[in-house]
Amino acid sequence: MRVTLTALATLALAGAALAEPVAPMDVVYEDGAIAGSLTGMAGDPDNGAKLMNKGAGNCIACHQVTALETLPFHGEIGPSLDGVSERWSVAEIRGIVANAKEMFPETMMPSFYRDTGFIRPGKAYTGKGIDPAELTPLLTAQEIEDLVSYLITLKYE
Amino acid sequence: MRTILTAGSFAVVALLAAPALADPDEDNLVINDELQMVTETAAPAHMEHVDTIYSGWRFRTDETQALQIDDFENPAMIFVDQGMDLFNSVDGTEGKSCASCHEDVAAFAGFHAEMPKVMNGKLVVMEDFINGHRARAMGAEPWKWSGPEMQAMVALIGLQSRGMPMNVKIDGDAAPYWEQGKEMYYTRYGQLELSCANCHEDSYGLMIRADHLSQGQINGFPTYRLKQAKLISRHNRFRGCIRDTRAETFAEGSDEFRALELYVASRSNGLSVETPAVRQ
Ligand code: HEC
Ligand code: HEC
Repeated sequence: MRVTLTALATLALAGAALAEPVAPMDVVYEDGAIAGSLTGMAGDPDNGAKLMNKGAGNCIACHQVTALETLPFHGEIGPSLDGVSERWSVAEIRGIVANAKEMFPETMMPSFYRDTGFIRPGKAYTGKGIDPAELTPLLTAQEIEDLVSYLITLKYE
Repeated sequence: MRTILTAGSFAVVALLAAPALADPDEDNLVINDELQMVTETAAPAHMEHVDTIYSGWRFRTDETQALQIDDFENPAMIFVDQGMDLFNSVDGTEGKSCASCHEDVAAFAGFHAEMPKVMNGKLVVMEDFINGHRARAMGAEPWKWSGPEMQAMVALIGLQSRGMPMNVKIDGDAAPYWEQGKEMYYTRYGQLELSCANCHEDSYGLMIRADHLSQGQINGFPTYRLKQAKLISRHNRFRGCIRDTRAETFAEGSDEFRALELYVASRSNGLSVETPAVRQ
C-alpha cells in the first residue's frame, strides 16, 4: 500500500514536471538547435503571426516577411524570413528563436528565451533598472512554440 | 500564368528588400542659400570600422530636410531667439546676465566645435560650462539639463559655430574619457543586448521597423525633434537609445554620458556643426 502511494505520488510529480515548460537555463542546445517542444505542446501559428508584429516579439522590426506584407514597416537588419522552413529544420528554428546567439554568436538578434547574463538590464522600456531575479525572458516558452509553428509555414513561393 | 504569378511575387520581395530609403541620400545641404555644409567626409583616423561619416540630415526625408535649409523654416530658431533673450537677462544674486561678461555671443564662434573638452582637469560639456558660469559669475540657480532654458542656450552658443568642422580633442588629458566613451559605445546593454555600434555603425542606412538608421552623429545637437516639438539634448537622445534596448540607462549629466558624448562627438570630427538641426 505504502509503496503504491509513493509510486502514485511520483507519477503525479512527473506529470506536473511534464506540464511545466523547460526553464530558460535548462534548455539544451545542440549546434544551436533545440530538439523538442519547450512546453511539450504544439504551437499556435495564428498567435505566432501576431507576435511577429507585436509585443516583445516584434520580429518584423528587423525581418521582412512577404506573407505579412499588409503590415507596415518591415525592417532590414536580418534576412527575409521567406522560405525559412526550407533553410532550417524545426529544431534549428526553435533554437534560433529561443537564443539566436547559440547559432550566430555575435548576431544582433536578441535572445528571446534567456533571463540571465545581461549588462544593466532594465524594467521593460522604462529605462529603470530591474532586480535580475525578477527578469523574465522576452517571450514565454509557449510563445516561442507559437512562433516556431508560424515560421514553419513560411516556404519559398 | 505561373510565370506571371512568380514574377509578381518577386516584385513584392524586391519591394520589401529594397525600400526607397536604403542609404544616405545624395542631397547637398546649403543653409540660407549661402552656407555650404559638409554632410559627408572621410572618417577620422581613429574610427576603425567606418570609412565615410555622414550627417544624420542625409538619412531624413525630403520634407524633414527642407526644414533645415532655411532659418525661416527651421522651428528650432524660435528657441534660439529665446536663448538670445536669456543671454541678455539678468539672473542670480550678482545682478548679471551672460551679456554682462560676454558682450557679443558671436565671440563663441568655434567653441562648440571643440566641445566637450577637458578644462581644469575635468571633462566639461556645454551644459556644464553654462551652469558653471551661472553659478560662479551670476550667482544663479543651475538650469535643468534638458530643460528649455538650458537647451535654448546650448543651441544659441552652438549656432555661432555652424558650418565649422567638428574638431574635438581625443588625446592628452582627454584620452581616458575618450576611452571610457568608446568602451560604452561598443557595450551591448540591456535585455536586447544592443550597442550603439550595432545600430549606428553596423546597420546605418537600414530600416529598423519604421526608422531609417543614421550614424547617430551629434554635430546637429541640440536638434529640434518634430515628434516632440522641442529641442532635444544629446544626453536625452543617449538616454532614449539606451532605454530602447530594455536597459537601465544612465542619468543626463552623468560622468558616463559626458564620456560617451566626447567619444560620439569625436566620430563627427570633420562634419560641419549643424546646430540647431531638425530631425523627425
Ligand atoms: C534586432 C534585430 C532582430 C530581431 C528583433 C529579430 N531578429 Fe531574427 N535575425 C536577425 C539577424 C541579424 C539574423 C541573421 C543571423 C546572423 O546574425 O547571422 C537573424 C536570423 C533569424 C533567423 C534565421 C534566418 C535565416 O533565414 O537564416 C530566424 C528564423 C529569425 N531570425 C527569426 C526571428 C524571430 C522569430 C524574431 C522575433 C521573435 C526575430 N528573428 C527577431 C535580427 C533580428
Ligand atoms: C536599437 C537600435 C539603437 C541603438 C542600440 C542605439 N540607437 Fe541611436 N538611434 C536609433 C534610431 C532608430 C534613431 C533615429 C534615427 C536616426 O537618426 O538614426 C537614433 C538616433 C540617434 C541619434 C540622433 C542622430 C541625429 O542625427 O539626430 C544619436 C545621436 C544616437 N542615436 C546615438 C546613439 C548612441 C550614442 C547609442 C548608444 C548609447 C545609440 N544611439 C544606440 C536606434 C538606436
